[in-house]
Amino acid sequence: MLKKIGISAIVALSLSAGGATAAGGEAHVEDIDFSFEGPFGTYDQAQLQRGLKIYTRVCAACHGMKYVPIRTLHDEDGPGMPMDQVRAYAEQNVMVEDEETGELREAKPVDHFPESMDPNAPDLSLIAKKRAGFHGPYGTGINQLFKGMGGPEYIYSLLTGYTGKDKMEAGTLFYENTAFPGGWIAMAPPLYGEDVEFNDGHANDLESEAEDVSAFLMWAAEPKMMARKQAGLTGVIFLTVLSVLLYLTNKRLWAPIKGKKPPQG
Amino acid sequence: MSGIPHDHYEPTTKGQKWLHRRLPIAGLLYDTIMIPTPKNLNWMWIWGIVLTFCLVLQIVTGIVLAMHYTPHVDEAFASVEHIMRNVNGGHMIRYLHMNGASLFFLAVYIHIFRGLYYGSYKAPREITWIIGMLIYLLMMGTAFMGYVLPWGQMSFWGATVITGLFGAIPFIGEALQTWLLGGPAVDNATLNRFFSLHYLLPFIIAALVAIHIWAFHTTGNNNPTGVEVRRTSKAEAEKDTVPFWPYFVIKDLFALAVIMVIFFAIVGFMPNYLGHPDNYIEANPLVTPSHIVPEWYFLPFYAILRAFTADVWVVMAASWITGGIINAKFFGVLAMFGSIIVMLLAPWLDTSEVRSGRYRPMFKWWFWLLVIDFVVLMWAGAMPAEPPYSTISLIGASYWFAYFLVILPLLGVIEKPQPQPQTIEEDFDAHVGKAQAPAE
Repeated sequence: MLKKIGISAIVALSLSAGGATAAGGEAHVEDIDFSFEGPFGTYDQAQLQRGLKIYTRVCAACHGMKYVPIRTLHDEDGPGMPMDQVRAYAEQNVMVEDEETGELREAKPVDHFPESMDPNAPDLSLIAKKRAGFHGPYGTGINQLFKGMGGPEYIYSLLTGYTGKDKMEAGTLFYENTAFPGGWIAMAPPLYGEDVEFNDGHANDLESEAEDVSAFLMWAAEPKMMARKQAGLTGVIFLTVLSVLLYLTNKRLWAPIKGKKPPQG
Repeated sequence: MSGIPHDHYEPTTKGQKWLHRRLPIAGLLYDTIMIPTPKNLNWMWIWGIVLTFCLVLQIVTGIVLAMHYTPHVDEAFASVEHIMRNVNGGHMIRYLHMNGASLFFLAVYIHIFRGLYYGSYKAPREITWIIGMLIYLLMMGTAFMGYVLPWGQMSFWGATVITGLFGAIPFIGEALQTWLLGGPAVDNATLNRFFSLHYLLPFIIAALVAIHIWAFHTTGNNNPTGVEVRRTSKAEAEKDTVPFWPYFVIKDLFALAVIMVIFFAIVGFMPNYLGHPDNYIEANPLVTPSHIVPEWYFLPFYAILRAFTADVWVVMAASWITGGIINAKFFGVLAMFGSIIVMLLAPWLDTSEVRSGRYRPMFKWWFWLLVIDFVVLMWAGAMPAEPPYSTISLIGASYWFAYFLVILPLLGVIEKPQPQPQTIEEDFDAHVGKAQAPAE
């Protein structure tokens, strides 16, 4: 089993680092201790709400999130915003094309976030899951298994990984980035720090912002994570109890066959 | 049904007699569940139950998923996201189905290697073995087509690469590929037929499983000693066996419960660990992923497929003899299918009189080398097709064929087996403990 895990790890690593090795450098991904890591990890509502603000003010200028319904901002296991706030958010920040009239109108909670404005900007609904292949070191899978490294770490590293250098190539400006496979990315540095202000005065330096928006995008990609972990934990506990009971039953059942005295009781 | 003497179902009440004269279904169930089973079966004999459970799990979760899935290239990916986000419990059902496939293959590989080690394929169990291999082939087809359904990048490009194999068959290949795909390339027609077949094949597998069970219930189970149950009298048979219910039902359920703890931990805490992140990118025929890899369970055979490149001398020889009809690509396809066919032929390739590997000192080493070979091939299959991985794949593939075509036939002649116990009872008493009272 571990070998197979290692193998899938190697696959993912070789894929994600494919471009990077060609350019002569390994992509660098930082490990962050997110609140949602590990079997008991949960999303931090305040952090997701801060991430939403950054997404809305910065990312949404080019990127879309077409699989995420706006109403899910209300989810208890997500940002957990009150419904009236969600409604106000949709009206004030999102324009969608009306299905019947074809005209632009203010969004309602039932609508999804729009598609990317810029056709070259990938949709961010699943970005935290499709960039999750960080199975180092040396493809052993240790980073993902024990440190919980994955897509959010990649997003954080990408957002904070700009070196400040750029180059023109085939009419496009590329920016050097230590996390991006290949080392050069077409996206201009989106965050500089102090891009948004938070009502509660929470830190808004580059690192905090990158962390918050990465957490938000993880929620966008895996909104049912907390329900899933809960179901997994319930399954594990009940099945462990069942295993113990079946072990004892089996032992007692076989005792006469194996020539042992059945346990008393 | 079984050749081992045991008590058969006798209807007692009026109602039972009435039914039994018309449909002896109670008798069939009774004889199946009470089948005398060698009492020395070890923990390697639990995987059959695990596999049966996997089949049921996949069918049940799959039927629910099909209620919400849309097999259309424009909507398949979105409908999977719909299941993940909007369908009640949909995320859990999908993750169970996704990881269920991995558990299914893990179990089938252990089950197959169990059969190879203990000689379960040998007479009189050849039919059981062949049916098993057919089930395995259908499983591969089902899993492959199922992986295409989410319509991610790896779905699309995996389908393109694998169906391309059929295009490598000389003369008819291209026409065959077009016929399989329903068009010149992987597209909506392909997705639709894969969905249809992915729904159908599990039921054919279920029917074959019933025949698989019927076959080994006729011959009786093999066991770690490879020595047959005594059939001369019911009293003697009962010294070698215990009824399947309750002894093995409870034992197997215990093993299944332990495996389920691990399975639920993976589904609950790391459901995407065994999958490929690229499959969360919607299929795009214009963008080829830098590195196309199948799911982990196909990797050994994928390595064999890619091992035989044009610069390998057997490939060159085959090409020269056939006047170029067999090129490197077609050779690879033949090797991949051949690697499963040699397994299928194991009952006739193995010349040893001794069934269980436990009493075959030389065989043991070659067997474990085969297991290592399998793991190495799995690893090599995940690597890019370039040196040194191509060489490692070639060595691995060669050993795979050598094991079945050379080593198994030769060992039977040159190996001096160790003494086997006379009866299962003798082995059981020596290793586990003597029964206090005659088993009843």
